[in-house]
Amino acid sequence: MPLWLDLLIRVAGVMVGFLVLPLLVGQAEHKVMAHMQGRVGPMYAGAFHGWAQLVADGVKFVQKEDVHPHGADRQVFRLAPIVALFPYLVVILTIPLGPHGLVAQRLDIGLFLVLAILGIGVVAVLMSAWASANKYSLLGGLRGAAQLLGYELPLVLAAASVAMAAGTLSLPGIVEAWRPWWLVWQAPAAVVFFVAGLAEIRRPPFDMPIADSELVFGYMTEYTGLRFAFFLLAEYVGIIVIAGLTTVLFLGGWHGPFSDQLGWFWTLLKIFALSFVIIWFRVTYPRLREDQLQRLCWLVLVPLALAQLVLTVAVKSLL
Amino acid sequence: MTDDGDRPTPGKGLINGLAVTLKTLTKKTTTQQYPDVEPELPPRSRGVIALLEENCTVCMLCARECPDWCIYIDSHKEEVVVPGAARARQRNVLDRFDIDFSLCMYCGICIEVCPFDALHWTPEFEYAETDVLSLLHDKNRLGEWMRTVPPPPAHDVLGEPSKEEATAARKAAGPGAATAAKTARPASVRPEPRPESGK
Repeated sequence: MPLWLDLLIRVAGVMVGFLVLPLLVGQAEHKVMAHMQGRVGPMYAGAFHGWAQLVADGVKFVQKEDVHPHGADRQVFRLAPIVALFPYLVVILTIPLGPHGLVAQRLDIGLFLVLAILGIGVVAVLMSAWASANKYSLLGGLRGAAQLLGYELPLVLAAASVAMAAGTLSLPGIVEAWRPWWLVWQAPAAVVFFVAGLAEIRRPPFDMPIADSELVFGYMTEYTGLRFAFFLLAEYVGIIVIAGLTTVLFLGGWHGPFSDQLGWFWTLLKIFALSFVIIWFRVTYPRLREDQLQRLCWLVLVPLALAQLVLTVAVKSLL
Repeated sequence: MTDDGDRPTPGKGLINGLAVTLKTLTKKTTTQQYPDVEPELPPRSRGVIALLEENCTVCMLCARECPDWCIYIDSHKEEVVVPGAARARQRNVLDRFDIDFSLCMYCGICIEVCPFDALHWTPEFEYAETDVLSLLHDKNRLGEWMRTVPPPPAHDVLGEPSKEEATAARKAAGPGAATAAKTARPASVRPEPRPESGK
């Protein structure tokens, strides 16, 4: 197969995943949330159980007017949703779906790249917050910046633990080095990574920056139409990315009880299971207060991640 | 961390919360499928107000008692010449009877004060409009709602006799039996004692 064709197929695959998987997660969120709250959820769009609800939402967003607030920094205001969405697309490029090179781009420093790019989220939040020329947006943006910067640390530390255990920074390499008993050994790091990841994508219960009852919608307040849809899409792609990274780093990626030929199936299954957990958390838990949020990060997650690092080093040197 | 210091095991509440939502997920939903399935309303539901025009004497009580002033009544007088009578009678003719349901707060005072049972509650509630002006129902529209008024509940056989019944019984008993007739009731109204009433 010529190189350009191979490249084209991989990029097209990533684009399809990037556009389809968030819709699946979004639809699952509608339904799971509804049933957890004892109601049925949207039922009318599309023929079967409202499957086309998110498509209809997309059409609705496209039709809406694109409003700029008076006094907004137009360039930055327009750019912010793209900056929020784009990093996740790049991250999806590096997440391996299955063995034998079933990944868009196999990188030796995959984990490093992923963590660096996920940090761009802070920039998008600050851009949208400042450029909106709105005090609620600014407050939300500052909260978001504090939260994202804080939770970056346990995220990186937990990822560092598994990278040390595997002895490589390559994401497929980590999955290849993974053994089932790592589920126990690396469990604290997995929990820390998952929780910090939830905070990184600002999902409830960590949705302090967009707390709609007090900050209207935080840094998204002034956004309308397609730009707002981009922010929402970024949230759902974020779910896929965090679930995918947790799968690849801690749950053994394509390793499954049966055939390795079905690797992509196991990866997707684990990603959807984790997405379900993310939705489940959203329905179950109330929003953390600002001080509780920071306390959880600095007094629980960071010490836990550091302890896991020590444990990883100890186990590695003993073996 | 101030209010959860004396919890027995940390994280128990978090697990319990997850269990509750997961349990609800497996249960049947309780949503009423309203536009597809009509709700079962109790018999005395307050929906829209219906007007029985023949009963209205334009006494204006409803319009005067309405706290929101949302009832508008216009009328004129007509002379009715009765053959053989000394002079012509006069009667009120209703020209306009409107209720503005954008103002109405469904207190039901108009229905209570109406001396001739011209106004009735109906259980119909689907009369939303896209234009607020269309919520002003004229007397024809109010009259159409009369079709949806449920029949009044049956007389309670164990209740007090109505005024008409009591008066009739007293007249039948003749003068001097006033006190006895007040409690006397026709025997046919009383329920027959049944041996298999337990079923």
